[in-house]
Amino acid sequence: MSAASSPQMSATEIAAGVRSGRLKAVDVLEQHLARITANESDVHAFNLVLADEARSAAAAVDAAVAAGTDPGPLAGVPLALKDNMCTHGIATTCSSKILEGWKPPYDATVVTRLAAAGAVTVGKTNLDEFAMGSSTENSAFGPTRNPHDLGRVPGGSSGGSAAAVAAGFASVSLGSDTGGSIRQPAALCGVVGVKPTYGYVSRYGLVAFASSLDQIGPFTNTVEDAALLLDVIGGHDPMDSTSIPDPQPSLRDAITQGVEGLRVGRITDLPGGADADVDERLEAAFDALREAGATIVDVQVPAFGYGLTAYYLIAPSEASSNLARYDGVRYGLRVDSSDTNSMYSATRAAGFGEEVQRRIMLGTYALSAGYYDAYYGKALKVRRLIADDFDRAYQSADVLLTPTAPTVAFEFGSKTDNPLAMYLCDTYTIPTNLAGHPGMSVPFGTGQAGMPVGVQVLAGTLGEPTMFRAAAALERAMQQ
Amino acid sequence: MSEIYTAGPATGNEILIDGYELVVGLEVHVELATVTKLFSASPNRFGDDANTNIDPVTLGLPGALPVLNRQAVELAMRIGTALNCTIKPCTFHRKNYFYPDMPKAYQISQYDQPLNVDGYLELPGGKRIGVERAHLEEDTGKSTHFGGSGGRIHGSSYSLIDFNRAGVPLVEIVSRPDVRTSEEARQYVSELRGILLAVGASDAKMEEGSMRCDANVSVHKPGAPYGTRCEIKNVNSIRSLGRAIEYEARRQIELIEGGETVRQETRHWDETDGRTHTLRVKEDADDYRYFLEPDLVPLAPSAEWVQAVRDAMPMLPGARRARLSAATGSPADGEAIMVVVERGQDDYVLAVAAAGGDVGRALVHVKEGFAEEGATPTVPAADLAGLTTLEINGAITATQAKTVLAEIVANGGGDAAAIAKAKGFEAMDTGSLEAMVDQVIADNGPAWTKYCGGEDKALGALVGAAMKASQGKADGKLVTALLQSKRS
Amino acid sequence: MGVSERITAVDVVKVAKLARLDLSPDAIDRTTAQLAGMLEHFADIDALDLDAVQPMTQPYPLQNVFREDVIVAGLDRDEVLAAAPSAEDGRFRVPPIVGIDA
Ligand SMILES: [Mg+2]
Ligand SMILES: [Zn+2]
Repeated sequence: MSAASSPQMSATEIAAGVRSGRLKAVDVLEQHLARITANESDVHAFNLVLADEARSAAAAVDAAVAAGTDPGPLAGVPLALKDNMCTHGIATTCSSKILEGWKPPYDATVVTRLAAAGAVTVGKTNLDEFAMGSSTENSAFGPTRNPHDLGRVPGGSSGGSAAAVAAGFASVSLGSDTGGSIRQPAALCGVVGVKPTYGYVSRYGLVAFASSLDQIGPFTNTVEDAALLLDVIGGHDPMDSTSIPDPQPSLRDAITQGVEGLRVGRITDLPGGADADVDERLEAAFDALREAGATIVDVQVPAFGYGLTAYYLIAPSEASSNLARYDGVRYGLRVDSSDTNSMYSATRAAGFGEEVQRRIMLGTYALSAGYYDAYYGKALKVRRLIADDFDRAYQSADVLLTPTAPTVAFEFGSKTDNPLAMYLCDTYTIPTNLAGHPGMSVPFGTGQAGMPVGVQVLAGTLGEPTMFRAAAALERAMQQ
Repeated sequence: MSEIYTAGPATGNEILIDGYELVVGLEVHVELATVTKLFSASPNRFGDDANTNIDPVTLGLPGALPVLNRQAVELAMRIGTALNCTIKPCTFHRKNYFYPDMPKAYQISQYDQPLNVDGYLELPGGKRIGVERAHLEEDTGKSTHFGGSGGRIHGSSYSLIDFNRAGVPLVEIVSRPDVRTSEEARQYVSELRGILLAVGASDAKMEEGSMRCDANVSVHKPGAPYGTRCEIKNVNSIRSLGRAIEYEARRQIELIEGGETVRQETRHWDETDGRTHTLRVKEDADDYRYFLEPDLVPLAPSAEWVQAVRDAMPMLPGARRARLSAATGSPADGEAIMVVVERGQDDYVLAVAAAGGDVGRALVHVKEGFAEEGATPTVPAADLAGLTTLEINGAITATQAKTVLAEIVANGGGDAAAIAKAKGFEAMDTGSLEAMVDQVIADNGPAWTKYCGGEDKALGALVGAAMKASQGKADGKLVTALLQSKRS
Repeated sequence: MGVSERITAVDVVKVAKLARLDLSPDAIDRTTAQLAGMLEHFADIDALDLDAVQPMTQPYPLQNVFREDVIVAGLDRDEVLAAAPSAEDGRFRVPPIVGIDA
């Protein structure tokens, strides 16, 4: 059974229509709310639907247009936010019992920028607790289902945001990507998903998982919509010390150029393990770009395969520290106890789910006295190797193509009792986060059981314009 | 414990307590005098209502990110420069531990790459105490304990947390274990305090906690390796610092003499019973899991910035004392100069000299008579100069000078000569002085005979009588000289 | 020491204490087994010669990022304390603080 919905209009078209007055933001919103009413109970993309707030926001957009003022580049675009981005006065849970009901007293920078651009937020989407997972099965509030097959996972951790766009609940959505949490669900749900260069989008107000890897990015139906969204949320933020100060070129301009003469790299020593149907689509992608005028070159990234180990030592280490603040003192859950120390342990054991506790344990161990050098310290060196290998590869290639995920969307429970099997879903996405590079997943046909397959386009630091050129070419190839 | 060892003068290593040498290292935390916090824009202000200076960063809310306060770095660099440190490119680390007044459950501090390294502080007597490092870190909130005895943490039934202080910028100044007596420790901290005030880095109020001092204390027999050290916390004044070190040294010596061993532990100084008490034993359990703070980027002050801080350095207390010592000839670490420089009145003393006054007499008068006057006395330097001139010329006696000065200070100034005249303080001319002395000899025959007989102590009685007869107008020195000349 | 070093239940108990996680005995056993399995897999990097490699701690090289020392309006105390598990007299209330290192 499917709840997928192919959109009549892209976000770009919606915004253009609303700004010109040809379209009413309220009408656009109602079409999306209607699909939510019809299918959300099956899909469970949302932790919270904000119908009333969205209706008044849409009305305000229409009023602005009527008054002759421009509501902004995302005028009237229905948007869904991953529930790990702070929204002032609106519950932000990270799909965790430990934050259930917590209403942040401030807005994330991306939330402020989207509102200022005229976007209409329809809800907060489900995720693997604190973004730790690849199937959205680790949510304290129940899993999200893949709109293309309700018996399968949407991927994760941003499964709710991917599903919301695939099901037509929102025209666009935001997710966060620490090791593949945007790109992998985008591939499994058949939408576009982008992880920008580290520092491209402000992390202020994004609940941290692994600070040196986290990036916010868009889920959209089209490559152009992704460019439109990134042009709005990207750019320097003085509230984030790691935010890149340099001005960013418009990505919407970039995609109009073709791929004539673009050097597309094939990683010859890429770790195997991808299913045949996925490899088949990757080959088709290389062919499509060659036909569009690109040249395919072979490159090596020898350390690629060590990414999984480096990631699963670095990310949990940072997470063990980032999640220490959930101590039952200032906000969120508290399990009462006779003294503060036992209150800590009782609260955290009750508030965090199994996967989160497992990663806190792994990270605490990797950082602890006597083990730091063997684990965390060594992982940081592997991280350097990976970044250096990529830099060498980008001397002979402008972009690289890989599968986004090794398989199409899998069935519920098929990986839940083996953490490592779940971790392997991110084999192809993780190295990019370690290097701090941009990567995006573009829908490129279907594989077994007619499930969507995504192709991953990678580029070097701040290589977004080139990456989007290649992505747009793949999209055009699919439309022919 | 009853009798307590009291340190002698700070003469260094040879000071022994019952044949043990004392070794002390000091860790001083100072709150920087910034307008806002180290990593967020809430006010850095003491004494406000609880939890009114808070923001997402201060409270460690999900999604909050730190951004470094430029002025905090500037002040930390001033401290490093004043302490003769090398200012280096540095990084921030997370020190992970759970405590209710630590909002993120980690403190952002500096670990293996601190801002300021390898400096020293020179004590007034000239001894140098090494400064290992002076690094930036954030302060914690404040817990208040209820239901226990006297706000003590132990036996309390609950605690309330105020985060106003959380995130306030601190510089932690770590000395090398070069301190050998409790007196040196006191001198180190008060000299450091003077330097912090001089460079405007902190208000350095120990009583308000903007300057906090921990002491690492150990004892050992000369030649033997250093003993196990204990860290003494909660020392709230320079005076209790000395007492705490003396108590702790004595405690450790008695343990060793009693055949026991000193445990490495953190001990708490209790002002009320004058003892240190075990706070916690150092376990391998405390494992802070330091790692580089991924939400911040490295700090590398430019050569221009470092130079600008150096160029803007004010004259520090040591240099001020040396300058005044050179001008007056009195010792740089003598009481008069220590006191006057600490009050910041040394510029004034030199101004009196510049106005033609006697710098030595000026130093004495300012030290004695200007305690309440602050760094810039209201009395015009020229007026005090006038007074010292009268004294030097013997126009008035030291006793009379005191009276005149009191009036000048009371009126915030005045012409010393006029006041002396009004008080009838014109000194006697030599003629009438000699006549008066002859009269005194005549009236005190027995004393004079004794004095001429070689009983020098009789001289005192005769001088006294002369001063009495002159109603204090005679100059004691001149009278004595006359009497001596009339003997033989 | 290599990543392949086996983790024991004793390590896991110590780590759980450090992480302030109240783990049941069978949770300890399960975690020990799972962490051991992962560390086994992560031993692949022991094969690499990393002596000459500099650790990478920053994905994008920036330094000297500052804010100016200017006050910006902060949070409303009542809004914040309303969200606290327990508050009293303008402050956050916690059970007795004992058995904690600070
Ligand atoms: Mg310390
Ligand atoms: Zn400290």
